[in-house]
Amino acid sequence: MSQTVAAGATHAVHGHHEELGFWRTYIFSMDHKMIGRQFLFLGLFMLIIGGLLAMMVRWQLAWPETPVPGLSAIPEPYMYEGIIPPQTYNALFTMHATIMIFFVVMPIMVGCYGNFLIPLMIGTRDMAFPLLNMLSFWVGAVAGVIMLSSFFVVGGPAAAGWTGYATLSAKAAYTGVGMGQNLWIISLLVLGISSLMGSINYITTIVNMRAPGMTYFRMPLTVWSLFVTAILLLLALPVLTAALAMLLFDRTLGTSFFLPEGGGQPLLWQHMFWFFGHPEVYILVLPAMGVTSDLLSTFSRKPIFGYHAMAFSMIAIAFLSWIVWGHHMFISGMNPLLGTAFMMTTMVIAVPSAIKVFNWLGTLWGGNIRLTSPMLFALGFVSNFLIGGLSGIFMASTPVDIFIHDTYYIVAHFHYVVAGIIFALFAAVYYWFPKMFGRMMSEPLGKIHFALTYLFFNLTFFPMHFLGVGGHMRRIYNPTQYEFLQPLQDWNVFITISALLLGLSQVPFLINFIWSLFGGKKAERNPWQANTLEWSAPTPPPHGNFEVQPTVYRGPYEYSSPEVKEDWLPQDKPLAKGAAVRGH
Amino acid sequence: MLERLRIFPDQASTIAGEVDTLYLFLIGMSTFFVALIFGLVIYFAAKYRRRSVNEVPPPVRTDLRLEIAWTVIPLVLVLISFAWGAQLFVTMGQAPAGAMEIHAVGRQWMWKFQHPSGGREINQLHVPVGIPIKILLASEDVIHSFFVPAFRVKMDVVPGKYTSAWFEATMEGEFHLFCAEYCGTQHSGMIGRVVVMKPVDYQRWLSDQASGEPLAVGGERLFQQRGCATCHRTSDGPTGPALHGLFGRRVQLQSGDSVVADESYIRESVLNPNAKITEGYQPIMPTFQGQLSEEGLHQMIAYIKSLSGPAEGRKAP
Ligand code: HEC
Ligand code: HEM
Ligand SMILES: [Cu+2]
Ligand SMILES: [Cu+2]
Repeated sequence: MSQTVAAGATHAVHGHHEELGFWRTYIFSMDHKMIGRQFLFLGLFMLIIGGLLAMMVRWQLAWPETPVPGLSAIPEPYMYEGIIPPQTYNALFTMHATIMIFFVVMPIMVGCYGNFLIPLMIGTRDMAFPLLNMLSFWVGAVAGVIMLSSFFVVGGPAAAGWTGYATLSAKAAYTGVGMGQNLWIISLLVLGISSLMGSINYITTIVNMRAPGMTYFRMPLTVWSLFVTAILLLLALPVLTAALAMLLFDRTLGTSFFLPEGGGQPLLWQHMFWFFGHPEVYILVLPAMGVTSDLLSTFSRKPIFGYHAMAFSMIAIAFLSWIVWGHHMFISGMNPLLGTAFMMTTMVIAVPSAIKVFNWLGTLWGGNIRLTSPMLFALGFVSNFLIGGLSGIFMASTPVDIFIHDTYYIVAHFHYVVAGIIFALFAAVYYWFPKMFGRMMSEPLGKIHFALTYLFFNLTFFPMHFLGVGGHMRRIYNPTQYEFLQPLQDWNVFITISALLLGLSQVPFLINFIWSLFGGKKAERNPWQANTLEWSAPTPPPHGNFEVQPTVYRGPYEYSSPEVKEDWLPQDKPLAKGAAVRGH
Repeated sequence: MLERLRIFPDQASTIAGEVDTLYLFLIGMSTFFVALIFGLVIYFAAKYRRRSVNEVPPPVRTDLRLEIAWTVIPLVLVLISFAWGAQLFVTMGQAPAGAMEIHAVGRQWMWKFQHPSGGREINQLHVPVGIPIKILLASEDVIHSFFVPAFRVKMDVVPGKYTSAWFEATMEGEFHLFCAEYCGTQHSGMIGRVVVMKPVDYQRWLSDQASGEPLAVGGERLFQQRGCATCHRTSDGPTGPALHGLFGRRVQLQSGDSVVADESYIRESVLNPNAKITEGYQPIMPTFQGQLSEEGLHQMIAYIKSLSGPAEGRKAP
């Protein structure tokens, strides 16, 4: 492999290798790569739980009030011989969404890949603050334990929706959930601390620790996306934290921030939640966009189309994401003038999203495309994001939103975007697995996993648009109670069967992942022949990452460059004197 | 079978058709882009699929003209969608003057309605066809949402404030009425129906209602019982301003601001009197928080609205 050692720069970056015991290596590790792996395992574990909760929700919607197979042991009043009562149903969808957003997509896309990739991709030994980094994981893990423990308290877990709208969430009497809702709040407060520690670390590391020659506009788009995400996190989280604290006070100390009896404003919660919440959805999706950009370029063997446009569109999205939150509140009785303004900003935010999609197309155009598993999943993400972005425009259009708000249309939209991120997540797992674990994953199994997941994902979520325009509301326990939804019930059954199959389609992945961990083919240093710095480090990278401090000579996307005979040109490969060096 | 392919609910209000047309425009636009982009992805994936290991594609660089084209075209399209949507939204947001007003209260887990001339009903709403109806919405506990799919109207019902929705039914018949905002354990069961009738039938239905007392009459009784009348006389006095002709008027506040006295203002004046003090008065009005039900408040407001004409109000008591 073309690992290049710059002449004269042979001083070892990390000479001494003191032995760290088991605990310091695997559990309380301060190595960014181990912390990244820990976040990955946390996220995958939670993905299984969140997925199982979703299956229960779907079961109830297709075959309401019939026993869920295998769950007859769960005691009353949580289940009645396997039958899900309304209270439990409400807790199920609340916890499903909370877990997926806060404990799957965030830990994996931000926690795992942020940690694993940032130091490697910018060519440094570790994060700026390794101890803070370790704490960030462990605080996050504690938040996860608190969230899961709420399943075992009296009254069950939170049941006010993942959006926790006051006043429903502000008084135990309204949902009948006491402790569970408090634990939900506390868990998210604790998780907020974890994310703050992470984002401070990411920003500091990117600003201060880039390898020589790694200018901002030579950073891979994955790093750009994580950078923008970290800034959004840093600014958005305090708002959520404040809102959660106020909610906890309302519930436990008798304050009335959100309760009108005491002069509070229920809508204040919505403003605060969505002021955090809309940037949050971009916190989730930006890393997916970054990863997709890198993968599309690598596997098309072509520079990313419009590198600067890509970076700037992310920045534009980040700015606009602060002024669109009101689109979640069009029908909360807001001033119509304000509604119109939010409609405008929301329409406009679709433009940078469109720019990204077109640039991805431009990247494929004229390439030399290798349809590997990571590439297929990256294309899957593009396809989902396209559909999710377009359905966003329907909801941005207020008159249409008035009709489809709180229906299954919204559920379709955010699954295409948020659950669509899972495609980028899988793409990243397949792509960086060799670097993370030193072994390759099986390609055939990966392709089967992709084909099944793509098929059943669309069969599950696309028909939800039909339900939505048919007037099927979200968060309803039993659709057969509604005479007028009877004609749509077949769709519910169809969706549930597809969802169950979508769940089963993850079995090849699980097998592949676990089998490859122990028995996969040993990975070379740069199995995908990619340009970015992580592939110049040994596989898997040792403590301290690089054998020598890499120096960066060019941007990350010099594929098929005429300057070399291979179709890739690593960022840190020096070219002979006289050869033109092109940077971005 | 055809019934099963039907996707949209009935179009039974004046705006339903317009909303659906806008929707179809967006569908057209989206279908175009989905077809274009999916088509190109599949075409590129096939055409530029790597066939041999040594194949090196010709370099393609960023093209600024393309970059501009695919920024400007989507921008223009979303601006068109915005203009269309905004214009329709303005129509939908403002109830026509003279709309008939019905007061609604949502609570876990039912709808309660009061007609202007008295009739009350639960989980059912009778309205005349062809007449604009404005529903004034209040909640006793959590947020609910008033949703009639066939009318394409939806409006959240928020505790602590009033919101309103309006529609004009174009078709007689029964339509479903739902709560669209998740509101607790039995949210799914918070189901009602709207019965649209000929105006004459509506009048007959109203007069058949047992509790035929007009809202304002109930309001007046409350006004006396709760002692409002001791401070609010028919003309401005030291104990309080007269409420005659208050509704819809601009009120000057002590803080220097001014507000139009609408339903929400009256509600706030009663429940939280110190929030906005009328200029020239002492903050002596006690709060009636917890002493009046949402329905009682609706009646009180109907009464204060009925106190029109300052002429009569200005006469000394
Ligand atoms: C103790 C005397 C008192 C009583 C009893 C009282 N009010 Fe008032 N009310 C006032 C005073 C004084 C003001 C003006 C100062 C202010 O805005 O608080 C006022 C203001 C108002 C206003 C705003 C009027 C404006 O011109 O802006 C409304 C509406 C109102 N009261 C309704 C009621 C109703 C309904 C009741 C009975 C439930 C009631 N009041 C009972 C003294 C009283
Ligand atoms: C093209 C850009 C987008 C537009 C125009 C858009 C628009 C909207 C609008 C208007 C709503 C509110 C709908 C309603 O509740 O009535 C909404 C909801 C939502 N969007 Fe988007 N969106 C876009 C992209 C995204 C992305 C990228 C994500 C996530 C990564 C996302 C996640 C969500 C979620 C989770 C909700 C639902 C929240 C809830 O009520 O639980 N959206 N979107
Ligand atoms: Cu949003
Ligand atoms: Cu409800």
